[in-house]
Amino acid sequence: MEEYKKAILEYVIKEYLEDDEDEEITYDTELISGGIVDSFSMVSLKRFLENKYDIQIPDADASPEAFDSVDKIAALVVRFKQA
Amino acid sequence: MAYSNEVRDSFSKELDGIREAGLFKEERWIKSPQAADIEVEFPAGAEGKKVINFCANNYLGLSNHPDVVEAARIGLGTRGYGLSSVRFICGTQDIHGHLEHRLTEFLGTEDTLLFPSCMDANAGVFEAILGDQDIMIADRLVHASIVDGMRLCKAMRDTYKHSNMEHLEEKLQDHQDKRIRLIITDGVFSMDGDLAKLDEIVALAEKYDAMVFVDDSHASGFIGKTGRGTHEHCGVLSQIDIITTTLGKALGGASGGCVSGRKELVELCRQRARPYLFSNTVAPVIVSGAIKVLDLVSATTERRDKLEWNTKFWRDGLVKMGLDIKAGDSPIVPVMLYNAKLAQDMARDLYEEGIYVVGFFFPVVAKGQARIRTQLSAAHDQHHLEKGLEAFAKVADKYGILGKSKKEIKEMYGL
Repeated sequence: MEEYKKAILEYVIKEYLEDDEDEEITYDTELISGGIVDSFSMVSLKRFLENKYDIQIPDADASPEAFDSVDKIAALVVRFKQA
Repeated sequence: MAYSNEVRDSFSKELDGIREAGLFKEERWIKSPQAADIEVEFPAGAEGKKVINFCANNYLGLSNHPDVVEAARIGLGTRGYGLSSVRFICGTQDIHGHLEHRLTEFLGTEDTLLFPSCMDANAGVFEAILGDQDIMIADRLVHASIVDGMRLCKAMRDTYKHSNMEHLEEKLQDHQDKRIRLIITDGVFSMDGDLAKLDEIVALAEKYDAMVFVDDSHASGFIGKTGRGTHEHCGVLSQIDIITTTLGKALGGASGGCVSGRKELVELCRQRARPYLFSNTVAPVIVSGAIKVLDLVSATTERRDKLEWNTKFWRDGLVKMGLDIKAGDSPIVPVMLYNAKLAQDMARDLYEEGIYVVGFFFPVVAKGQARIRTQLSAAHDQHHLEKGLEAFAKVADKYGILGKSKKEIKEMYGL
């Protein structure tokens, strides 16, 4: 689980933070409701997870709630890896 | 369902929530035509106050130009008040065709289609030309109307970091399997006032076989040597596939917008774009005024040159006094305050000093990026700018932020 979280956090920082941004993101930072990731930009996160972990996340499961923190995203990955 | 007391209460609570979050927007009644000097009634019922306007999109000062008003009056007399029809039934007059032709010439494109607003143009254009095998790749700071238009379209969506060409290139590489790639950007970004790197975007579009869409609402009429827009400024006239823009800002400021670009794409909008098909034609009075606006901006660059001078004077003045502004060349000049309450308090104090500006904060801009957005106009004379700078110096001094960096302001007021 920790390994997933680390990789996801790394991707979120690289993909969503502007280079000059000094915002700190942790595992429980609210990504969608906190305005860091908008709903359009979630698409690239979903694609990253599917490619990296070789899973398919149905659109219904890729909700803003399920993607709202690194903790929640890692839990989602675990669920689909086990499925 | 009846509009019962319970239903009324639930909506009232939603409104209370907006108030409590500090996001409640109140209109201010202006009792004069749009200009550098305006008279405002605020709060409601208060006596009219004369203020200098630094928050209008009246970039060229044409919103109340006597020649435009007279042309509108003639249009009213010769073509009437309204047409009571959408365009394709009986809502197209000769002057609609003339205006579209003039916009095509001015923007350097192949064809143009008028819409009731640029919001409508953006709402309709993507759905009209793209399908589910295509991808829209948008800058993350594009205008809300583009976001809404993208939502209405079946094509896939992705975004790139604001004006980050390396990131855009990665996305273009990622999406080589799609049928059409459309890069979507504002020409001038409305909240930051910076210009899209259209020369680099066009080069990437060529390299990765993509099309380019630009919303040039905050540029048409004054950006570029002859005011044609961001594509002229960046040396890529005729290389943008789709331009949307508005008649509601520099180009007269009344209303109306358009999609302009490759003729096949414009024709698809004429056949399919729902805001064009299902809303009323642009009123003759607006069309007549807009044709006169294009006469004026095509005859001389005097107004955009004055705007350029005003912009430089204003930007230099703010920097010299020690305020933190977003760098750039456009007449949108955001004074960065980072803290939402500070932005609101300073805007209120500036109003007391006779300067009309508005504070912007989340969700209009990102959290911790609150600001006062100032906008210049060719209608401003030097004395307006000097009075504005004097007021900014006084109010900023009151809040102790002159000469302070982002970090220092953040330490003083938080984000």
